[in-house]
Amino acid sequence: MIVMSWFTQTLTSSIGKKLIMALTGLFLISFLVIHAAINAMIFYNDGGETFSHWGHFMGTNPIIRTLEIGLVLGFLFHIYDGLMLTKTNRAARPVSYASRNANANSTWYSRSMGLLGTIILIFLVIHTSHFWIPNRTNQFATGEELDLYNMMLTTFQNPWVVLIYVAGCFSLFWHLLHGFKSAFQTLGLYHVKYNGLIAFLGTAFSIVVPLLFALMPIAMYLGWVK
Amino acid sequence: MSEGNMRLTLKVWRQSNSNTEGGFENYQLEGISPDMSFLEMFDVLNEQLVEAKQEPVAFDHDCREGICGMCSMHINGQPHGPLQGVTTCQLHMRSFKDGDTIVVEPWRAGSFPVIKDLVVARDAFDRIMAAGGFVSVNTGNAQDANNLPIPKEAADDAFAAAACIGCGACVAACKNASAMLFVSAKISQLALLPQGQAERKIRAEKMVAQMDSEGFGACTNTGACSAECPKGITFDNIARMNREYLGAKLSSTNV
Ligand code: FES
Repeated sequence: MIVMSWFTQTLTSSIGKKLIMALTGLFLISFLVIHAAINAMIFYNDGGETFSHWGHFMGTNPIIRTLEIGLVLGFLFHIYDGLMLTKTNRAARPVSYASRNANANSTWYSRSMGLLGTIILIFLVIHTSHFWIPNRTNQFATGEELDLYNMMLTTFQNPWVVLIYVAGCFSLFWHLLHGFKSAFQTLGLYHVKYNGLIAFLGTAFSIVVPLLFALMPIAMYLGWVK
Repeated sequence: MSEGNMRLTLKVWRQSNSNTEGGFENYQLEGISPDMSFLEMFDVLNEQLVEAKQEPVAFDHDCREGICGMCSMHINGQPHGPLQGVTTCQLHMRSFKDGDTIVVEPWRAGSFPVIKDLVVARDAFDRIMAAGGFVSVNTGNAQDANNLPIPKEAADDAFAAAACIGCGACVAACKNASAMLFVSAKISQLALLPQGQAERKIRAEKMVAQMDSEGFGACTNTGACSAECPKGITFDNIARMNREYLGAKLSSTNV
């Protein structure tokens, strides 16, 4: 028999799994801040000069590259933990209700985090195969970075791609709208002095970041950014 | 019970025991008064069934005044029906319209198996309480509660958590059949009082461990539990439980 230490016991408990979900979620949120900030450099509309400068930094700086491994792990843990939670949560109600008025007590997106997460994951597969994977593969093979800015300009000429990106941003919006403040609740950070701030930050973040992301393909498609 | 003139169609879950498959039966009711409680309406149905030499519908009830937590029907897709802040026994037929079809199901959760018809076993809650939801007094009598000075705010918060009647509506409402609102209320009511301090850590650890081993789901923070709770147990109790549990796990001496 494997004797579980208090540590693994904690992390495999229902609250422990939620803790991992919250911590990885907040970590991924911090990544979104950087990602959105750097990509927003395209709005300088300087032919990608500022964007490429920072893109080069992100793609070559050793500290950033090390953190990138953490990022991939963060995604994997968040997804794996989400799947584990979904499995136990589903098993907890083997017979479902014939009639269910769930909208009377909760928002649809808070009940659909798994679905929204899956859509985001599908989007991420498409998105990374557009930019991140070819770029890193090329760096690995030749040591050279690809011209991401011009790749963006070409990729976002296709209206279907733009639509997929916008749909991905919508899923991210709803996922964040619940996930942001949910993470604080899970961590037990519920306090009269900070609840208002957390709720405000959560909503603002969920709107601003996906909107910024969505504007990138749209702006390039419509030729606002050249 | 005043005579009324509401006509209703009831779609009620019937199941003879936990080992058999159940199914819905339709019943027509007439002469229902809007002043009847939902349970009184079921009394009328059962009288009708007994007269017709059929098996009456089994349902849980005891106090019929909203304090015992026994009544447990899932009515038209919501635990304890469409009103907020009331138990099924405190729900009246005036909340429905003449000619309505009402769907009545038992709580649905793997940890609450159906015993018969609308009656489910909620002893999983008892086992969670037995795991740590108490203050040990190993010798002598419990001292008079008023001997311990407690600030009004702390007493109020503890009382608000202690208002939980253990009906299980939180589990029934939760998409994950999670018992976290119940367990968090029970952990909170003692964590907020001086009497609960000595066993504070072990209590959080044991009650959560028992909750998990009973097979309840985890919390997605949808807030459905709190919205459906007949006693208005607030959602911040779950945040407090998370703090209590994680803090206890990090700092208790139970390895
Ligand atoms: S019968 Fe006691 S609360 Fe409803």
